[in-house]
Amino acid sequence: MKRNYGFAYAAPQALWLTVFFAAPILIIIVYSFLKKGLYGGVEPQFSLEAYSALANPTLLAVAFRTLWVSVAATVLTILIALPCGYSIARARNQAVRLFLVIVPFWTNFLVRIYAWIAILGNEGFLNHALRFLGFRAEGYQFLYNQGAVILVLIYMYLPYAILPLFSTIDKFDFSLLEAARDLGASRMQSYVRVMLPNIKPGIFTAVLFTFIPIFGAYAVPLLIGGKDSYMLGNVIADQVTKTRNWPLASSISMTVTLITAILVFLFALRKPKEQKLVRDQEALSQSVSGGAA
Amino acid sequence: MKGSDVAVSNVSKSFGSFAALKDVSVSINKGEFYSLLGPSGCGKTTLLRLIAGFEDPDRGQITIDGADVLGLPPDKRHCNTVFQSYALFPHLSVFENVAFPLRIRKVPSRLIKELVFKHLELVQLEAHADKKPSQLSGGQKQRVAIARALINEPSVLLLDEPLSALDAKLRQHMLMELDAIHDKVGITFIYVTHDQQEALSVSDRIAVMNAGKVLQIGSPQQIYENPASEFVARFIGEANLFTGVVTRREGSLNLVDTDGFGPLLVDDETEVAVGDRIVATIRPEKIRISTERLEGPNINVLHGVVHEPVYSGFQTKYIIRADSGSLLTVFRQHANWSEGIPDIEWKDEVFLSFSARDMVIVERNPG
Repeated sequence: MKRNYGFAYAAPQALWLTVFFAAPILIIIVYSFLKKGLYGGVEPQFSLEAYSALANPTLLAVAFRTLWVSVAATVLTILIALPCGYSIARARNQAVRLFLVIVPFWTNFLVRIYAWIAILGNEGFLNHALRFLGFRAEGYQFLYNQGAVILVLIYMYLPYAILPLFSTIDKFDFSLLEAARDLGASRMQSYVRVMLPNIKPGIFTAVLFTFIPIFGAYAVPLLIGGKDSYMLGNVIADQVTKTRNWPLASSISMTVTLITAILVFLFALRKPKEQKLVRDQEALSQSVSGGAA
Repeated sequence: MKGSDVAVSNVSKSFGSFAALKDVSVSINKGEFYSLLGPSGCGKTTLLRLIAGFEDPDRGQITIDGADVLGLPPDKRHCNTVFQSYALFPHLSVFENVAFPLRIRKVPSRLIKELVFKHLELVQLEAHADKKPSQLSGGQKQRVAIARALINEPSVLLLDEPLSALDAKLRQHMLMELDAIHDKVGITFIYVTHDQQEALSVSDRIAVMNAGKVLQIGSPQQIYENPASEFVARFIGEANLFTGVVTRREGSLNLVDTDGFGPLLVDDETEVAVGDRIVATIRPEKIRISTERLEGPNINVLHGVVHEPVYSGFQTKYIIRADSGSLLTVFRQHANWSEGIPDIEWKDEVFLSFSARDMVIVERNPG
C-alpha cells in the first residue's frame, strides 16, 4: 500500500492557521466569558456580564448604523464596480486598465485615508477649488460625517469588487447580449436579464470581498467620520484601549464575527433557482389572471 | 406569401482600414430562401449584421418592406437571428430560452406556454423543455436557437452559418429540416454560409460574394451552370478552366486557341470578338471519359493518362494529365455497375470528350 504523505504538505499551513487564526479567536472567545479586570485585562472567573452588556441602546445604535453603512457602501461599490468591470472586460487595453485598478495598493492604506482628508478637509483641495470657482468663501464641511465615511469606504474597497467582477464578465459570452437585443430586449433588459444572471458568482464574490471588511471597518470611520459615524470596529478599539473592558471588546468581536459568518452563510445557501422562480411567477400570474376573470 | 422583402442598396462598411462591404446591393423577395455565399472574410456576415441592426453601414440604404430601417436598434426590427454559436442563454432552460422574447413582451403566461410548445414541436424538442442548454447536443441547441428566433413570428429570419458547428451527417439532416421549416412558416430566410453545397441545395437564390463585393446573383442552377466569373466557377463546385485567345467566331460558336490544351470549341452566347483573351470553363461531370475515341459535331476531344483516380463510392474523380502536361478533373458516375463496364484505372490511356455547348465563358479581356 502506498503511504499518503499529504498531511506533511498540509502541516505548515495547519500550524500557521492554528497559531495565527484559531488560537487568537479562541483567546477572544475565552475572554468574552470572563470578568473584566479592574485596570484592564481579565479576572479568571466565568461571567456572562460581557454579553449582557451588549443589550445597551448606544451599542445597538452603533451596531445598526454599522449594518446600514456596510450595506449602503457595499451596494454602491457593486453598482460602481459593475460598469467598471464591464468596460475593462470589453476594452482592448485590459492590462493597462487592470494595472490602474491595482496601482492604489502600492500606497499604504492610512496614507490613502489621509489623502482623502487632504482632498475633503476645510482647507482641502476641493474647498480651494470651489472657492476659486466662486462658491462660498468659508468653504463646506465635507469631512466627519456619514457621507464622507461611505465615500472613502467605497474608494477603499472598489478594487476588491472590480477584480472578481472583471474576471467573470471577461468570461461572459457577449454574443448573448446581441441575441437578447435581437429577440426584443432593450439594452438595459439585455444586461439585467441576460448578463447579471450569468455573472452571479462574480457578484457574490465581490459582495463578500467588500461587505466583510467594511463591516469591520475601523480606520476609515475613525479618521474620516465624526462622533455620529462610529462603527463597531471603533467601539471595540475603544473598549480595548480607552475603557479597558476586554471582555466587552471580546463579546462585541464575537458578535460581529458571528453576524458576518451567518450573513455569509445565508448568502451562500441562497442558491439561485431561476426555474423555481419562473414557476412561482407563473403560478402567481395565473392566480392573478384567474382572480381577475 | 408571409415574410418581408429586404432591399440593400449601395451599402459600404469598413472596420478601420478594412473594407468589409464595398457598394453592395441585393434585393430579397418575400418568402425567399436567399443565401449569401462566399469564403470567410467576404463580408457576408457583416451584411447579415447590418440587416439585423448590430452594425450601421457607412453608406447606403437598407429597407424592409420598403421602410428604411437604418437607425432602428435590433429589438425594433422584425427580423430575428440564428447565431453561429447558437447564443442560447445558459442560465435558462430550453423552455425559458424560447419564451424569452415573449416574457420581454409581457405576453400572458398561458399563451407563452402554448406558443413555446408549438414552436418546440416545430423543431421536435417538446420532450426537452426542462433541460438546460448545456445538457443538449449540438443539433438540439441549434433547434432551440431556431425555435427561439421564430417565436416572435419575425418576417425575416437571418441565419449566420447555423450549421457550421455540426458534423457532416447532422448538417445534411438539419439542412433538410431548415428547408421544411421554411416551407412551413413561409417567411423570408437569409442564409449566410461558406458551404456551396448547402447553398445550392436549399436556396431559391444565391448571392456569391468575395472581398466585400457581390459577384453574381442567381438561382442555384444559374450560379452553377453559368458562373459569371472565374472566381464563381472555382468557388462553386469543381471546374476545369481554360485560358486562350478566340481565333474564329461563327454565331455563338468560337474556336479558342487554349494555353496547354490546343484549339477547343466553345459554344457560348457571350459577346466576344476574334483576338479576345478569354477564360472558359467546363464542369468535371460534363466530360465523358472513355478508353475509345468518341467523335461528333462540336465535340472537343483530348487525350491523356489517368494521373490519380479518387474513388468515393457513388463516383470516381479522375485527375487526368493531358498530353500537353496540364491536369483536368473528370467525374464518372458509377451507375449500372452490374453491366460490367470496365473500370478505368491508374495510368490508363483515356480520351476525354465534351460538348462545346457545355463550355462557359467566364472571363473576357478584349484583345
